[in-house]
Amino acid sequence: MPDTLPPETPLLVTLRVNEHDHPLALDPRTTLLDALREHLGLTGTKVGCNHGTCGACTVHIDGRRQLACLVLAAAAQGRDIRTIEGLSDADGALHPMQAAFVAHDALQCGYCTPGQIMSAVACVTEGHTRTDAEIREYMSGNLCRCGAYPNIVAAVRDVAQQKAA
Amino acid sequence: MQPFTYARPASLTEAFTLAQQPGAALLAGGTTMVDLMRGDLTAPSSIVDIGHLNELAAFDTSGPVLRFGALARMADVAEDATLLSAYPALAESLQLAASQQLRNAATVGGNMLQRTRCVYFRDGVSACNKRVPGSGCSALDGITRDMALFATSEKCIATYPGDWGNALAAFDTSVEVSSASGTRTIPFAELHVAYGDDPAVETTLRRGEIITAILVQATPAGRCSTYLKVRDRQSYAYAVVSATVALEMQGDVVQSARVSLGGVATKPWRSHAAEAALTGVTLNEQTALAAGHAGFADARPLAENGFKIELGARAVARAALVASKRI
Ligand SMILES: Cc1cc2nc3c(=O)[nH]c(=O)nc-3n(C[C@H](O)[C@H](O)[C@H](O)COP(=O)(O)OP(=O)(O)OC[C@H]3O[C@@H](n4cnc5c(N)ncnc54)[C@H](O)[C@@H]3O)c2cc1C
Ligand code: SF4
Ligand code: FES
Ligand code: FES
Repeated sequence: MPDTLPPETPLLVTLRVNEHDHPLALDPRTTLLDALREHLGLTGTKVGCNHGTCGACTVHIDGRRQLACLVLAAAAQGRDIRTIEGLSDADGALHPMQAAFVAHDALQCGYCTPGQIMSAVACVTEGHTRTDAEIREYMSGNLCRCGAYPNIVAAVRDVAQQKAA
Repeated sequence: MQPFTYARPASLTEAFTLAQQPGAALLAGGTTMVDLMRGDLTAPSSIVDIGHLNELAAFDTSGPVLRFGALARMADVAEDATLLSAYPALAESLQLAASQQLRNAATVGGNMLQRTRCVYFRDGVSACNKRVPGSGCSALDGITRDMALFATSEKCIATYPGDWGNALAAFDTSVEVSSASGTRTIPFAELHVAYGDDPAVETTLRRGEIITAILVQATPAGRCSTYLKVRDRQSYAYAVVSATVALEMQGDVVQSARVSLGGVATKPWRSHAAEAALTGVTLNEQTALAAGHAGFADARPLAENGFKIELGARAVARAALVASKRI
């Protein structure tokens, strides 16, 4: 967003992120992704393509996975937003999916990982984990340039099986 | 992104008033709109966010007319049990579109109105009659592999990309639209226009009109249907070609057929020629392929997209064989 544009009247927007309300004054053009990273300092949610193609910015909105780069912050008012920072327990214990990513070495550079994990948690909740093929299909919105895909599928399968057990 | 004001109407009535303002644009799931605005491919002066208006989000697939509220989410409609068994082609067209993150946000109304993925339109700089009327068309002597073979014009050859719209074209579909001045119903075949003098005009919607629902006449052919999508990679990609086929069968004989094609036309494309070729024939690999070829008899290939004729014909043939087994 170039800063040569005339300043716009800020919008007063309250975002509920990881169970805390954050009142913000935002340019209407601000996306949820920019609000999280630039205004709330929650940099766990990554900017990849900024076009909806890579999944690095995946967050949960009212419990469903969505792409923060394609949601206006103003449109996310009144919704329950969860980011990777809100996934682990208050005492810092890892979410089972985070632990599974560690156990299965499901990353290399780690850039896509927050988005992968947010997507994977939702994939299990949705029940789209009946076969490896289904896991791959429903995780296809998250790209990994390092190609950690086989281990990502293993981590998702593992958590789905733990849940079923 | 150009500056805009943001409004969140509390009711549909309020939305009608706001949508009438010059320069206003509707925002539903935002997955097309935010991207187009960020690339300066569109620059509305005001955004009317209707995404939260739940009265437009319900859908009912059980009656004599299937009714999809314009704001129903793609992910929800894709998993509707009735649709999956009675109209698999419609459910599949959504399941095979975009990714689960996008389908959770995107609406079935917004999906129909998404804009072409033509690279010259999207790059924001090339000459493009659709983005800057009168500037020319870079695709005409550019890379034509992904361009259309039907309903093209001297001014624009871009394909219509929406899977849901391409599948809806095979059915008796109409679109209910409302504005401050009333409600009307548009046959789906008349919602999108073939490109005439101004390829920037893509639909027959008038200023201030909001799509409230998509209506599909129930048909027994729905059950014997499939949406076959051919992509450059296995998942999460637009169609190179797609075929929707819905049949009414008596034994091996096709009583009636509905066929539409995707990835090959500038608008959702129903193929009456393929339908005629299927009707009354005993379905087998040869007759199915002949119908596929009939569907492309009038195709106008460009330098690099002629391969879509054979690919598309085979997609129709395979879809017909798959659909015929769903009795
Ligand atoms: C990376 C990526 C991959 C994709 N892959 C596919 C794919 O494979 N297949 C596919 O079909 N789609 C695909 N899409 C497109 C996606 O499905 C559409 O962006 C989405 O369906 C649009 O719906 P929306 O609710 O988000 O619309 P919005 O972005 O909110 O709106 C889209 C347009 O429709 C207008 N509009 C919205 N609702 C109404 C209404 N009720 N009345 C009148 N006008 C309205 C808006 O003003 C805007 O012009 C992809 C998108 C991305 C970003
Ligand atoms: S094909 Fe259409 S959208 Fe693509 S550059 Fe030409 S005018 Fe623009
Ligand atoms: S940054 Fe949102 S999908 Fe890539
Ligand atoms: S771990 Fe590097 S992009 Fe996925």
